[in-house]
Amino acid sequence: MAGSGRRPEHRGPPELFYDEAEARKYTQNSRVVEIQSQMSERAVELLGLPEDRACLLLDVGCGSGLSGDYISEEGHYWIGMDISPAMLDVAVEREVEGDLLLADVGHGIPFRPGMFDGCISISAVQWLCNADKKSHSPPKRLYRFFSTLYTALARGSRAVLQLYPENSEQLELITAQAMRAGFTGGMVVDYPNSAKAKKFFLCLFVGTSGTLPKGLGTECASEEPHQAKFTNERTRFRNVKGKSVKKSRDWILEKKERRRRQGKEVRADTKYTGRKRRPRF
Amino acid sequence: MKLLTHNLLSSHVPGLRPGGGFPLRIEAAEVRVRPVPFNAAFVSRLVPRLRWDALREAAESLGRPSELPPEPSPGYETDEEFLRRLHHVLLEVEVLEGSLQCPDSGRRFPISRGVPNLLLSEDEA
Repeated sequence: MAGSGRRPEHRGPPELFYDEAEARKYTQNSRVVEIQSQMSERAVELLGLPEDRACLLLDVGCGSGLSGDYISEEGHYWIGMDISPAMLDVAVEREVEGDLLLADVGHGIPFRPGMFDGCISISAVQWLCNADKKSHSPPKRLYRFFSTLYTALARGSRAVLQLYPENSEQLELITAQAMRAGFTGGMVVDYPNSAKAKKFFLCLFVGTSGTLPKGLGTECASEEPHQAKFTNERTRFRNVKGKSVKKSRDWILEKKERRRRQGKEVRADTKYTGRKRRPRF
Repeated sequence: MKLLTHNLLSSHVPGLRPGGGFPLRIEAAEVRVRPVPFNAAFVSRLVPRLRWDALREAAESLGRPSELPPEPSPGYETDEEFLRRLHHVLLEVEVLEGSLQCPDSGRRFPISRGVPNLLLSEDEA
């Protein structure tokens, strides 16, 4: 995400970017499949659906139906929309459970009012921020999408939209249009300290004032010390800048803590952490 | 496209009267029946959301008129026979090839391989 040329939105409209070659990645590349299903899992968790009740969900930008597979596994029913015929072809070949529509969400969600118990979307909404045709106006398309989505959802339901915003202005644009359409809610950021695991979920509520769920991996970051911390730890091994000496126990503990905040898998701290191995080992 | 989706869909061509664009007329060239596991609670929760007249009309246009009663009977939640029939019509019957037509604007949306194409052209949107 460092160079702007690397963003798929900059290469062309979604119906052309997601061609057969790109669509194949969504069934054959195990890394893509794993990331997609992890994000779907988290999105459905954030929807907060009632347990032991099958719901009807809308999947915006369903693509090859990877997110839909998770919804079906959970026992819910879904209807998916996507703009790329190649991705939908893959979904048809995989015989997904849900029903599919070829449509541009920037033209609105074509459903009667109050029909869905929830909506999820994985990595799709940022595409609406680009004007691929002369007639496209991103704020108008976003507003049309959000206002028709608001209508199509039942009162008290939620929409969870995972997206990759390019910059903070884009994030602001998307959120502002969602609020204009009548939604409440806001952004949930998972693993905000990590460059790779960081994920943005726009959680929108229809007609309820629910509290926004917390992002994963934010517990440590949000703790603000209220008073000076008393400590009897020895400061001998800290250099002037406050950093620990490399390879020392403190340094290892700090590094492990940092990686934990980034949401990576880290072994637990024990009395053996940072101990030297015996020479005969 | 399942008939459940058809019952929820309404045309999104701009400039329709409020509440217009429903129900889309089905012209089916190929219909398939694919078995789906039956979930009585889900089907009975769908009943209040359905437009019954539109569902019966759609079932009729696919040549399956006798399977649905004229009105959902009171106490349908416990009537398994009725729920199974409704489940069959809503979730198992699929239109594979054909088209949908907006009743107000007359715009046609083709269906191919079971996926309706609802894309609007630039001057429509």
